[in-house]
Amino acid sequence: MQIALSHYLVVAGLLLVIGIFGIFMNRKNIIIIMISIELILLAANLNFVAFSGALHDLVGQVFTMFVLTVAAAEAAIGLAILVIYFRNRGSIEVEDVTLMKG
Amino acid sequence: MIANLFFDLFSAILLGSAVMVVSSRNPVHSVLFLILCFINAAILFLSAGAEFLALVLVVVYVGAVAVLFMFVVMMLDVDFSELREGVQRYAPIGAAVGLVLFVELAFVMVNWVVAPAASGLRLLPTPDNMTNTAALGSVLYTKYIFLFQLAGAILLVSMIGAIVLTLRDRKRGKTQNIDVQHARMPADTLSMVNAKLGEGAELPTEKEGAL
Repeated sequence: MQIALSHYLVVAGLLLVIGIFGIFMNRKNIIIIMISIELILLAANLNFVAFSGALHDLVGQVFTMFVLTVAAAEAAIGLAILVIYFRNRGSIEVEDVTLMKG
Repeated sequence: MIANLFFDLFSAILLGSAVMVVSSRNPVHSVLFLILCFINAAILFLSAGAEFLALVLVVVYVGAVAVLFMFVVMMLDVDFSELREGVQRYAPIGAAVGLVLFVELAFVMVNWVVAPAASGLRLLPTPDNMTNTAALGSVLYTKYIFLFQLAGAILLVSMIGAIVLTLRDRKRGKTQNIDVQHARMPADTLSMVNAKLGEGAELPTEKEGAL
């Protein structure tokens, strides 16, 4: 049985909004900010998959696969940068990152 | 009917755990709720007919990305309660922005219809006589082979980048310094001493860095 497309869209929209809310709420903790970005990408993927299922078009799923790839690469690089930043500064507060402010 | 019931259940768990991800005090709990989030999203993928992507989501995200986050959260010795300061200050702004965004999305979704000609514009109609995995593979390795290779290159670059960024030479091991060994001359280390009887020889002071 097919579930209506609008259900998926509402869920994905709420997930996107929660992700953006998380970015605003945890302005200092960069780990939670990165997790929120993952949530936003998950919302986008949910939309792709929902449209792919509703329209019987496979391209959405192919695109979702590439989004997953890039998101995984982004998480790995971001966390590596975070680790070396912590090693150099001993803190991961986003508001402390003002070295290049001039 | 039952499908809709399960959809509502899993999407409620998904959204609830997403809220817990962003509002949890302990980042370890955040990552654990993120795992719950991904598993429920995978179930929603399944209900939309994307079986392969659902399992990829579980394998890649729960198995790799969430574990990576968990590693980093546990490895960094950070006082996370300090990072929670200012949440009360930022929460209203975040809620306002989120509300505005959601209202905008709702405006888009109301009175929204699929164009009747949309099914004619499909690029790759889902084949009926294939499983989802076979259908994805049949286009991924033919029509999208270059993008597929490019995705592999992106993963390779990110892997090398992460290793290069985090690798540090700790100078802990005792390795040979070949240049110093080759540049060593007999005159630097060896001296012939004509020791007198009963007096012995004066020992030269050891040179710095002579191996």
